[in-house]
Amino acid sequence: MISEKMRKYLRPTKKFPHVWCPGCGIGIIMGAIVRAIDKLQLDADKIVMVSGIGCTSRMPVYLDFNTLHTTHGRSLAFSTGLKLARPELHIIVVTGDGDACAIGGNHFIHSARRNIEMTMIVVNNNIYGMTGGQVSPTTPYQAYGTTAQLGNIERPFDICNLAIAAGAIYVGRATCYHSTLMEKLVYDALQKDGFSVIEAIAQCPTFFGRLNDFKNVVEMMNWQKANAVPIKKAEKMSPEELEGKFTIGLLHDVDFPEYTNLYRKLMKRAQGGG
Amino acid sequence: MSGGEAIASGAIAAGLRFFAGYPITPSTEIAEILSIELPRVGGSFIQMEDEIASISAIIGASIGGAKSMTATSGPGFSLMMEGLGFACMAEIPIVVANVQRGGPSTGLPTKVAQGDVLQARWGTHGDHAIIALSPSSVYECFTITVRAFNLAERYRVPVIILTDESVAHMRETVVLPQEGEYEVIDRELPTVPPEWYLPYDRAHGGVAPMASFGSGYRYHITGLTHDAHGFPTSVPEEVDDCIRGQIEKIIFNLDDIVEVEQLYMDDAEIVVVCYGITARAAKEAVEIARSEGIAVGILNLLTIWPFPVQLLQTITEQIRVAIVPEINMGQIIREVKSSVEGRCKVVGINRVDGDNIYPHQILEKICEVLS
Repeated sequence: MISEKMRKYLRPTKKFPHVWCPGCGIGIIMGAIVRAIDKLQLDADKIVMVSGIGCTSRMPVYLDFNTLHTTHGRSLAFSTGLKLARPELHIIVVTGDGDACAIGGNHFIHSARRNIEMTMIVVNNNIYGMTGGQVSPTTPYQAYGTTAQLGNIERPFDICNLAIAAGAIYVGRATCYHSTLMEKLVYDALQKDGFSVIEAIAQCPTFFGRLNDFKNVVEMMNWQKANAVPIKKAEKMSPEELEGKFTIGLLHDVDFPEYTNLYRKLMKRAQGGG
Repeated sequence: MSGGEAIASGAIAAGLRFFAGYPITPSTEIAEILSIELPRVGGSFIQMEDEIASISAIIGASIGGAKSMTATSGPGFSLMMEGLGFACMAEIPIVVANVQRGGPSTGLPTKVAQGDVLQARWGTHGDHAIIALSPSSVYECFTITVRAFNLAERYRVPVIILTDESVAHMRETVVLPQEGEYEVIDRELPTVPPEWYLPYDRAHGGVAPMASFGSGYRYHITGLTHDAHGFPTSVPEEVDDCIRGQIEKIIFNLDDIVEVEQLYMDDAEIVVVCYGITARAAKEAVEIARSEGIAVGILNLLTIWPFPVQLLQTITEQIRVAIVPEINMGQIIREVKSSVEGRCKVVGINRVDGDNIYPHQILEKICEVLS
């Protein structure tokens, strides 16, 4: 049952049902984003949701904002141009682990380095869902994908560490199980004056689950619950205790001059002022 | 000034407000100049991490309402094919200047070539129409750039300025047209209430008004085949409308888009079909031939794509031989041959050693076909 709050943000002219599989985590993340936007009372006319290619990237079409479904991996590059042309817009980039970290990896690190104001939500389900279950840059070591049927021999990226190292000013992680945390992180990220990244760990029961011996969605969400360690708690744990687990919560929060603000100042100088 | 400088000046004159690019020889001067000039007029410049990001950024800026362009050369142009296709599909006005150099691959970065002509037409995958313009002088670099923006805005399409190293680096004394002496076209904005707005409506001449993001018209833009609302569709009729509509808005407006400079054509029996820097050599060769009483004329393709098929078909009534000089192994000659359908002889002059085709080479070919 769709709540009245959610209905307000769904496109009246868009035909449902959506493209996502039963049990998919993306809907939970979409709900958290919408609730955060609603809480902030942002003007829908000033919100742009941008995506690339993949399951997550189908999200914008359902929401009644300015929505831009770009090419694979390029959502941040499109957003950079849009933000410079219209700095007053709130840009929310929704992307998946393959879209953000494989084909879009270069744009990811450079957007973080520039510190251009936008919020990037990376839905990490550890696999390529839309193309049918191939390994991604975040597929765990030795996990299975249709292109790694003998087990993945590559190391996964840590999306949050990557974002922090590249210069993102606000970085957090939550899971579909921890959806209230997710909402809080999105709420705070949307108010940051710079490049913010939220990794949203999601279950893909259709591909990652089936290929990796999860019996059902509940088991996958229980896995999220069991392996997510709040950052405060993790600080008191030893590396051995943290083995195989991951931290959730606000992982990084600093301030740094924002790109479009710096550009406005440069523009004034170019015009003989300031 | 140089051709590159004239492209930058023409872009500002046409209303350019956003440039994203990546350094590459021999187009870098355009980016350098615009990095200084754009903030002066309230526009933005950004150097992106690669050419894919550059074309993506200019599409994003155009969606925000800013007239946008990038400039590149062969290897960068190859990377931009993805974004070019998106701009065709989503019908976003952008301008891409490709300063051609020797290829393939890294090729001959500092020397002239015209090897990207077919790539400009067919480089991005899928059926699509494209507009590509080709200047042959510094003055034309200015006027063609203004025209590129006007066509992009009028038809909601990417427009390619297909120039070359020689034209972009050539320096000439020019008197540029002043503001008011050239036409500047801005995209049509919607006037209907937002709930009535159809971003891909074909009802009025095939090109719908384009709302800027943030202007109160909330709609969807995608690279998927889409319906009139912009929503993805795989319904055959809607897919057909989407693809056919993008192509028809160009081919139904050839009179406005196609521009060919015709010189000495009244009584010509031989024609030199040329473009870009090669048109300069052709003009000198033809002037010498004319002084010797040879009935030879010139078609300078200021618009390369769409190709002026009809014009070529018409002139076969008077022309015996078409000479097509190109700094490639023969690209536009294929279009010339298919247009004239065997009704006149077509011969090429081709050079791929990094140097220009000189007037004497064209003159020799004219004499050869005469005998």
